[in-house]
Amino acid sequence: MSVPVQASEAADYAIEVEDLAIRYHGKPALSDVTLQAPRHEIFGIIGPANSGKTSFLRAINRMDLMTAGMEVSGSVRVEGRDVRGWRNPYALRRRIGVVFPLPVGLPLSIYDNVALSSLLRGTRKKAELDVIVERCLRRAALWDEVKDRLDSLGSLLSGGQQQRLTIARALSQDPSILLLDEFSIAVDPVTTMRIEEVLSELKSEMTIVLVTNLVQQARRLASQTAFFLTGELVEVTETEAMFEGGAKDPRTTAYVEGKFG
Amino acid sequence: MFEATARNRRNRKVEGLLRLLFLWMTCMLILPVALILGVLVVRGGPAISWEFLFTQPLDNMTAGGILPALVGTVWLVVVALIASVPVGVAAALYLSEYAPDNRLTRAINLAIINLAGVPSIVHALFGLGAFVIFFRFGTSILAASLTLAVMTLPVVIVATRESLQTVPLAFREACWNMGATRWQTIRKIVLPNAISGILTGVILEVSRTSGETAPIMFTGAAFFLPFLPQGVLDQTMAMSLHLFVISTQVPDVPEHMPFGVALVLISMVLAMNGLSIAFRVYLRGRKKW
Amino acid sequence: MPELAQAADRRDAAWWIDRMVQILVLAGGLSAIVFIAGIFVFITREGAGFVFDRFDFREFFGSPRWTPTSSHNPTYGALALIAGTASVTGLAMVVSVPFSLGAAIYIGEFATGRVRETLKVLVELLAAIPSVVWGFIGLSIMNPLIIRVFDVPVGLNVLNAGVILGLMAAPIMTTIAEDALKAVPDTYREAAEAMGATRWQVTFRVVLPAARNGLVAATLLGVGRGFGETMAVLMASGHSINLPTSPFDSVRALTATIAAELGETAAGSDHYGALFALGIFLFLVTFAINFAADVFVRGGQRKHRRRGRRPAASANP
Repeated sequence: MSVPVQASEAADYAIEVEDLAIRYHGKPALSDVTLQAPRHEIFGIIGPANSGKTSFLRAINRMDLMTAGMEVSGSVRVEGRDVRGWRNPYALRRRIGVVFPLPVGLPLSIYDNVALSSLLRGTRKKAELDVIVERCLRRAALWDEVKDRLDSLGSLLSGGQQQRLTIARALSQDPSILLLDEFSIAVDPVTTMRIEEVLSELKSEMTIVLVTNLVQQARRLASQTAFFLTGELVEVTETEAMFEGGAKDPRTTAYVEGKFG
Repeated sequence: MFEATARNRRNRKVEGLLRLLFLWMTCMLILPVALILGVLVVRGGPAISWEFLFTQPLDNMTAGGILPALVGTVWLVVVALIASVPVGVAAALYLSEYAPDNRLTRAINLAIINLAGVPSIVHALFGLGAFVIFFRFGTSILAASLTLAVMTLPVVIVATRESLQTVPLAFREACWNMGATRWQTIRKIVLPNAISGILTGVILEVSRTSGETAPIMFTGAAFFLPFLPQGVLDQTMAMSLHLFVISTQVPDVPEHMPFGVALVLISMVLAMNGLSIAFRVYLRGRKKW
Repeated sequence: MPELAQAADRRDAAWWIDRMVQILVLAGGLSAIVFIAGIFVFITREGAGFVFDRFDFREFFGSPRWTPTSSHNPTYGALALIAGTASVTGLAMVVSVPFSLGAAIYIGEFATGRVRETLKVLVELLAAIPSVVWGFIGLSIMNPLIIRVFDVPVGLNVLNAGVILGLMAAPIMTTIAEDALKAVPDTYREAAEAMGATRWQVTFRVVLPAARNGLVAATLLGVGRGFGETMAVLMASGHSINLPTSPFDSVRALTATIAAELGETAAGSDHYGALFALGIFLFLVTFAINFAADVFVRGGQRKHRRRGRRPAASANP
């Protein structure tokens, strides 16, 4: 295997973004984003609605390919490689787990929801799948609730359960990067806390990008936090500093103190 | 105050009258047809028997049954379905799952609208020029069925596309985000949830195909051919053309016979349509998300 | 890490299968264009000989004499056939447009719940009756009825074919018109009702004007259907070449002429080519009608969208 030149330098960052701009049908949604997310840490992104957070995540796993009118410029590097250099973008997405704000239980059995990604990769052995399904459901704090009805439809679970199912599904990809987009919107506070614990454990295995509408959640989990506002990256700062008056921009301070948003 | 209530009363009266007018108009569309169907049943009913359905026509089609026409229609429909369903489903998959919003897609949509709108006799001319003459299939079931397939292609495409679009985008996005390819997403999520809607469209196409007359007149259907077809290169009789022939081209046909043929044909078509509608209603009642 | 990523970036079987399926379904989509182009090419191919050698624009559109089988002086004037088609289609529209729109308004704006569903199903079933059955109805039910009621010698005429064609075209027009009414956002109706308008005021002042494009499209498609209808017109119109002066005249339509005469012509003869020339004319006219209807439908959709109605989410980003 040839050794890329920038390997030693890049290895510390799971995601490096430079001059990223995103437009939908020519209308800018996000511009001038430059940031790095260190490996095996939780990187927080906060900001009010419509500030471009979700678009940012979609640029990382190349969903622009599947979205009419979405154009991306600048560079996004995942694990040291430009995402647009991937010849098989599906393979890129398999390495990146995604959890959406609104839960999506696929209209398959609960079991198949979690086994799907392994099935698509050609794993056929029932025993292997059983292990994966149980492990992922346990980690997503859903196993105890559904272990007796794994063959009922995942799309008919309650909202909170579907959200944990979505998380289990993302974990089943065995991703090296996990993108979470306001996962707690559809989950009750107790479950949120349980998932937060899981996330803290997961960071030893993967890099997590946590987009959240709860600034305190970012404070609890993220080592660095970025603040997005109306399509612009205001700043990236060590989380502790940001919440203790060390923000570089007064707008950030105002937002984390709850003065708007 | 008084004025207001008077106006209210008048308004309500006008509204009631208009309501009646529109109801009457609706009935004027439906009732004559119901009446006509009643006449068909009354006058064609006595003609129908096992013998009528399952024996050969006799005495230059003035007696006997309609077996070759029935069997011929089945042949035509089946071969047309084999040709059009795969192409139609593929086209619908392209339009619903792959097509970007560009000029090509608009051209395809316009072509579909026009395929549905071109007169059936023009389809017949096309079938004659293309399949019978150019591709040398001769007047045969193959040529007639291909003509029917081209003509009813829009039915399959439109029904399939509508059915695919009932599957929420969020499911597709969830799969794509997992690294599933478009095709994996279609196979695992979209098709299993759209297949019954597609089936509804196919049944509808069967109904359309079995009633068409003009497109098969010069491409493969024969006026009188008292044999059952042995293969796709044979000519065949067909129910629709048989009705035309015995009601306009053959002298001395006893009156109950064309009524009987019309009744059988329309029962086939309406039964297929009813089945398709019932299936749709059943599907609407079933919730998977 | 980059090595790992590089190793993962292979075009695997799933990638290739997806690519192949994409090409396959694209071919399916393109087939619609191929077929519509094929229709034009093949009817032109068969009709070309006649169009270039024998076709006389003035005769075709100016003469009512269609005598292709005359041995000494065959003429190919389509005027009477055009008049036949126009008179039958015209009468059909006069009969069916008001009733179809009325029915669409009743189903779309007044009827509710089960009544509405039932009516929609019935209209759909009406649209399914094959044209040869309609022709047979004209021949064996309408014909004696017209003879008895109007005391005329022949009941196969413009009136018969027009009524039959009207009944045939009505379900389609009703369905499309009702779709057009449904496409008017409910916010329009609610806004008007909030201002104290009654249901019929809402319907006439707000909904109908807003749905105007769709209603025009429905009518156009009805015209297209009538124009291209073959078997019913062939069997119910009397099939004699005439410039009609009353609804009780028998006429012959363009489509019916092709259906009746094509079987008796020798491939490649002038007569054969002339029938294909009629086909080219029919193709071009219906193409224009469908195109116009499509423009109207699109115009209607754009209008509502511009006024703040969210477009239906495209299934394919």
